[in-house]
Amino acid sequence: MLLLLAVLIGVLYGSAVYLLLRRNIFKLVLGLIFLGYATNLLLFVASGLTSGYPAFIRNLEGETATMSDPLPQALILTAIVIGLGVTAFALVLVYRFYSVTGTVDLDELSENE
Amino acid sequence: MILVLPIMLPLLFMVALIFTRRWLAFQQVFSLIASFALTFLSALLLAEVSRKGIMTLQLGGWPAPYGITLVVDLLSAIMLTTTSFVALVVMIYSPGFIDKERQTAGYYPLVFGLLMGVNGAFITGDIFNMYVWYEVMLTSSFVLIALGGSAEQLRGSVKYVTISFVASIFFVSAIGIMYGQAGTLNMADLAYKMRSWEEMPYMNSALMLFFIAFSIKAALFPFFFWLPASYHTPPVAITALFAGTLTKVGIYTMMRFYSLFVVEDVMFWKIFLLVIAGLTMTVGVLMAASQFDIRKILSFHIISQVGYMVMGLVIFTPQAVAAAIYFTVHNMLSKTGTFLAGGLVYQRSGSYDLKYLGGLYKSMPFLALLFFVPAMSLAGIPPLPGFFGKLFLVKGGFAAGDYLITGVAIAVGLFTLFSMVKIWNEAYWKSEPENMPAPSRVSNLTLAASSLLVLAVILLGVFVGPVMKITHEAAVQLTDPLIYIQAVLGKQ
Repeated sequence: MLLLLAVLIGVLYGSAVYLLLRRNIFKLVLGLIFLGYATNLLLFVASGLTSGYPAFIRNLEGETATMSDPLPQALILTAIVIGLGVTAFALVLVYRFYSVTGTVDLDELSENE
Repeated sequence: MILVLPIMLPLLFMVALIFTRRWLAFQQVFSLIASFALTFLSALLLAEVSRKGIMTLQLGGWPAPYGITLVVDLLSAIMLTTTSFVALVVMIYSPGFIDKERQTAGYYPLVFGLLMGVNGAFITGDIFNMYVWYEVMLTSSFVLIALGGSAEQLRGSVKYVTISFVASIFFVSAIGIMYGQAGTLNMADLAYKMRSWEEMPYMNSALMLFFIAFSIKAALFPFFFWLPASYHTPPVAITALFAGTLTKVGIYTMMRFYSLFVVEDVMFWKIFLLVIAGLTMTVGVLMAASQFDIRKILSFHIISQVGYMVMGLVIFTPQAVAAAIYFTVHNMLSKTGTFLAGGLVYQRSGSYDLKYLGGLYKSMPFLALLFFVPAMSLAGIPPLPGFFGKLFLVKGGFAAGDYLITGVAIAVGLFTLFSMVKIWNEAYWKSEPENMPAPSRVSNLTLAASSLLVLAVILLGVFVGPVMKITHEAAVQLTDPLIYIQAVLGKQ
């Protein structure tokens, strides 16, 4: 499980960086989305993975040692919501950029700087 | 209870302003009163903290390592006060400078959204909560920088949004790794565990990720290119607000984290950060020298000056840290002052480009004075605060035996003087260029705002003794993290 997630995170980060380096700004936004996903998974893995146990519910013998930590999930939830907000803004920004300048290529505009 | 007010008040103001978005006059008056109230509140908090010591509040009654703690120590209180004062000045400046479309499109509510995030980042004692405040602040700044939607602004904001998002990603990853190792998010508890536990692996990797995140925000050496590419695009009042508050949040966080979390490998971090600080100072000032747009020159100077703050912090004697805090306060005021004065030039002559400016000293000597004071303060001419800031930094550096970085700091000071004199010579001193458009009227409000800020800069220089006393106490709190830990956790 851990190995699978690690590979997945790596692939997501790789694709995100590739997309971020494109000149097309829509692909840039896709890159941002991928970057967010990769980081959410990283949070999930880095803060300790316990599979198969519920959070905060004691098992029949009354032990609490093997419950999974609910806090990382709360953190990821917050990060997802924030990511959603930023992505929404970025999409609107890209749309405005396109309708004002008529191009999706960042480099075409930076000549006159 | 007073501790939630720096967050709650801007939130309430923002909500009130959103619903009254179309009534321009009301917005202007209300945000003026509101930002005055915030300044008053922060000053009150500063007085309270310097009398009673560090104040804490456990939100929702959850005890320290489990709930979210709000902590105000002297450094936070100083930053809060300076930020809200800068915001007050910008609120006086804005009605006379920013066009009506932008003002009614939500400029005022966004400024208070920004202030809520900045204040939250200053007083939180929890790393994840700090990330959330960063996002609150960044989201407001995204909209502010794109507000108006000219092609140039949109290009600047695409870069700004991307780089800010990447910085946040580094921030969250570091939080995840730290939580995985230490099992806590409370900053004091983390610092306590790092000092008492035998071994805590991966801490340096987490700290390096934090360093990247904050140095993107504060525009330190390898990560500063976004700042001059985006900061000059919105109206200069917004740039001034960003220069005075946003980049300084990065510095504040760096101060806090360096004091609390750099426990292992102190020598590595010190040398690493000193090299970064030296390069930041030098590269920023050299790149500023080649620019001809007032806003771009000033933007590059933000970068250069951040290097001084990091230098003072990393030397980490109470003397040097006190100088760094004093320097930060001076920089927030003087930097905003020079930007606002640049805006006045634009309002009068319709250009930021030095090639098309001239003769402003002859035609408007008062306006020239409003630029001269903060600019000379940045360059470090006595008796202005920039001189004292640099003097104490240099003294602190020599006392700690870090001669090389101190030498670099002195040399960079000379180059700063060069850039400031360049703006002065080109815009104010040289004779008016041939085909200059007819000068337009400068609004009284913007003049008043600039004058208020210049007055504050002068007072900061005059009362250097009492101010340094407060920053010295703040530095003592910062250099002995046990005080902070004990105030939050209530144990040794």
